[in-house]
Amino acid sequence: MRRAAHGPARSYGDGARRAVPVAIAVLAFGITFGVLAREAGIGPLAAILMSATTLAGSAQFAAASVLAAGGGASTAVLAAALLNVRYLPIGVSVAPWLEGSLLRRLLTAHLIVDESWAIAADGPGRWNPRVLVGAGTSVLAAWVGGTAIGVASGDLLGDPTRFGLDAAFPALFVALLAPQLRSAGARLAAALGATIALALVPLSAPGVPIVAATAAALVGLRSGRSETPR
Amino acid sequence: MSTAWTVVVVTGIVTLALKAAGPVLLGGRPLPDPVARFVALLGPALLAALVATTTLASGTRLVLDARAVGVAAAALAVWRRAPVLLAVGIAAAVTALARVV
Repeated sequence: MRRAAHGPARSYGDGARRAVPVAIAVLAFGITFGVLAREAGIGPLAAILMSATTLAGSAQFAAASVLAAGGGASTAVLAAALLNVRYLPIGVSVAPWLEGSLLRRLLTAHLIVDESWAIAADGPGRWNPRVLVGAGTSVLAAWVGGTAIGVASGDLLGDPTRFGLDAAFPALFVALLAPQLRSAGARLAAALGATIALALVPLSAPGVPIVAATAAALVGLRSGRSETPR
Repeated sequence: MSTAWTVVVVTGIVTLALKAAGPVLLGGRPLPDPVARFVALLGPALLAALVATTTLASGTRLVLDARAVGVAAAALAVWRRAPVLLAVGIAAAVTALARVV
């Protein structure tokens, strides 16, 4: 086995446990999505199925918002797809660590979300597939469960921004980012990624800034110095 | 099929295709060296971009609001080695408080 760069997490259970704080926030936002989906004319079954199959919060919110505003199907799909383009390089990043049959790799890929991917990071350029599956399953359960609650409860629960929950995701991403900043190259990539994304926010459709920020990882190619694990 | 169902089905297929392209086509094989070095820095680059946009963007506008205060407090907590759940709780509490003030 390869040595973990931080913490001994390596089983499905470890992944599921490490995803608990994430799952709590995801559950709250799943409820919000359920409520919003109803208002957007997405039926209860369709909303729950969307959470189970798309499993990508921002993209689902974007698609539902487009529909709620009276937009067409192609606009809604395009908005969601743009927000999810980042999963192409993310999928490539974990690909070497996923083994087994085609179906197994497909199912594991389905459980990739930003949070499960970050939790499964096992040092620079390395991911633990079991932790990915464990964490992804926790997130899936919380997201689908939250959606079901939201669909059923209507607007009893109200707007989560009232409780400051909209700051939960950036805070989670800060916590997930911190252990990945150990090398100078990583800190440079992070600073560049944030700068690129912020510069593009006023100039492009939502989703594009995140995709463009992947260009910051190109600093890994400079001077042939490899980001070797410690 | 209704508009909503079309969106649900097509978005699901597109998302899975994006997530699974790498694992299905290259699963289990090591990446060529330059790609591996690029991928090693994807985490920091993408997570930092997500932090920045979820904190400071509102649609296509950049705004400095209560979220920034809450996330700054959470960042301080993470730096002081607080557990994740505590950091998230601090972010939510400080943000809610900053909205009231």
